[in-house]
Amino acid sequence: MRKASALYLFSLCLLSVFLGLFLSSCGKSAEKEEKEQGGENVVNVYNWGEYIDPEVISLFEKESGIHVVYDLFQTNEEMYPVIEAGAVRYDAVCPSDYIIQKMMKNGLLRELDYDRIPNIREIGEEYERMCAEFDPGNRYAVPYTCGTVGIIYNKGMLDALGVPYPTKWADLWDPRLKGEILMQDSVRDAFMVALKKDGSSMNTVEDQELDRARDELIRQKPLVQAYVVDQVRDKMIGGEAAVGVIYSGEMLYIQGEVEGSGMDLEYVIPEEGTNLWMDGWVIPKNAPHWENAEKWINFLCRPDIAKKNFEYITYTTPNEGAYRLLDKSYTENKALFPDMGELLKKGEVYRYLGEAEEAKYNKRWKTVKVS
Amino acid sequence: MKSKRMKLLALPYLVWMVGFIVIPLLLVCFYGFTDQSGSFTLENIAEILVRENYRPLCLALLLSAVSTAICFLAAFPLALILRSRKIGRGSFAAFLFILPMWMNSLLRILAWQTLLERKGVLNGILTALHLPGQRLINTPYAIILGMVYDFLPFMILPIYNTLSKIDDNTINAAYDLGASIPTTIFRVILPLSVPGIVSGVTMVFVPALTTFAISDILGGGKIFLIGNVIEQEFVLNSNWNLGSALSMVLMLFIILSMALLSRYDSGEGAMF
Repeated sequence: MRKASALYLFSLCLLSVFLGLFLSSCGKSAEKEEKEQGGENVVNVYNWGEYIDPEVISLFEKESGIHVVYDLFQTNEEMYPVIEAGAVRYDAVCPSDYIIQKMMKNGLLRELDYDRIPNIREIGEEYERMCAEFDPGNRYAVPYTCGTVGIIYNKGMLDALGVPYPTKWADLWDPRLKGEILMQDSVRDAFMVALKKDGSSMNTVEDQELDRARDELIRQKPLVQAYVVDQVRDKMIGGEAAVGVIYSGEMLYIQGEVEGSGMDLEYVIPEEGTNLWMDGWVIPKNAPHWENAEKWINFLCRPDIAKKNFEYITYTTPNEGAYRLLDKSYTENKALFPDMGELLKKGEVYRYLGEAEEAKYNKRWKTVKVS
Repeated sequence: MKSKRMKLLALPYLVWMVGFIVIPLLLVCFYGFTDQSGSFTLENIAEILVRENYRPLCLALLLSAVSTAICFLAAFPLALILRSRKIGRGSFAAFLFILPMWMNSLLRILAWQTLLERKGVLNGILTALHLPGQRLINTPYAIILGMVYDFLPFMILPIYNTLSKIDDNTINAAYDLGASIPTTIFRVILPLSVPGIVSGVTMVFVPALTTFAISDILGGGKIFLIGNVIEQEFVLNSNWNLGSALSMVLMLFIILSMALLSRYDSGEGAMF
């Protein structure tokens, strides 16, 4: 009996030691974080992975003397609750269009002072207009990268099938392409294709339009080889399918991969209009160093820096100063720099629809996937 | 005093079971029987009667039943062969069959994707032999293949273990009494190996029924099993209540199948 209770006591002691260690280490790291966040000359940046040239960070630190604390997120949905909870406070964040709108609506953002970001003049006018679709009056966000969603096609395979090259979303319903189509495996992107095809808005919440889009996707399903996300890129390079729905940002990589292999992969923005997406820098309302964040954003808008960044991440840059500095091989690439004026007429930016409306999409998407 | 100490030794397992089995199960039940606001409802359970939910369930039952049958048909003769080898060599062969399990199962399924693709290895061989290429990937057959490949060791091991425990004298007695080889296998060895078969079937059928990774990777996102539906309810729709309710229905089917099987099991579980 005594032995047993001794063992008991021993394990209790062990447990409390562990707990104590755990708590104290927590306390320490919180203290450290507090120092990082609250220290004088820092800027806390929260960005996507692989979304900046690391050299740009060290250049900024050297020129401004401000220390950059750099954190990464993978999805908008992961980033949002972090900012909302406010436990970790960031100064500059780079989310996508619809999430910027959500943050704005929920009062999480700080209005920008453009007098302190003079380089904003380098951002192209069309891109500012695009940004205004989700940030009316351009009060909260500075465009960083943008792009479109379109159709990638393999010329050789289509020639062999005797199918003309696609020019519109409706071409993805061509029965001759049975088993040759790669669709995006995400609700909004899949519905965007079906909605745009029939002239609806991709932000619609009308039951009738959504039902029609659902039925169209079900009609298309036998033609689809697979619903995938990032694999569209690899499967097209591997010659697995003739056509696919893809983000324009992938094209430069793809064209580099197939260069010299005799494979001809082209990108087309469908006639009916498409999704225009944009990521932009915003400053959270609770940012401890918003002045530094404005310096950071201003720095990123400088043409030579924007050019450096573009060459690293290869997503379309809205920075016209950088565009002028770029090599012709980039600027003549229609996938990277399409005619924005033309695009904006029919293109749209995803809008945040709210939970109830998004459930409408999800419910119909499930029906498509199950049938 | 001794029993007290023994009880104390069992404490970690008790904590484990309560913390990681009982409490999560209760949570699943709680979510399954409540709606988003937290009040009691049976609506989520009744959702299984909707076409979008029962179709994937039926498909999952069908595919996992077929894969279990194939696994059994492949594993039983193999276990017989392994048993007839000398002890050292038999267990080495069994070891070889477990070897793939040292690698991550997702990786192995991804490898199958590369093998089965249109421009994949298998079709490459067919084309080299001037045979027409086959469309293998993104079909239910590819999913069955993935399930069989992934879960076959779980069928082989228990059957091999029960078989190797059968006394040689029993089999020799059958021969002495004039039984032919097929008669011996079906009337003597098979009945004696039922415990191993039962645990093998359970260990293949249950993970096959609940999988969502295999169907996702080898089905190209076109074939939705109940596992995929539950995953989507949790991940995409953030509807934990419906996801939990569907998991409970799935558990019901698993319990049913196990109850059915246990009628054949003589009670001496023969896992390993």
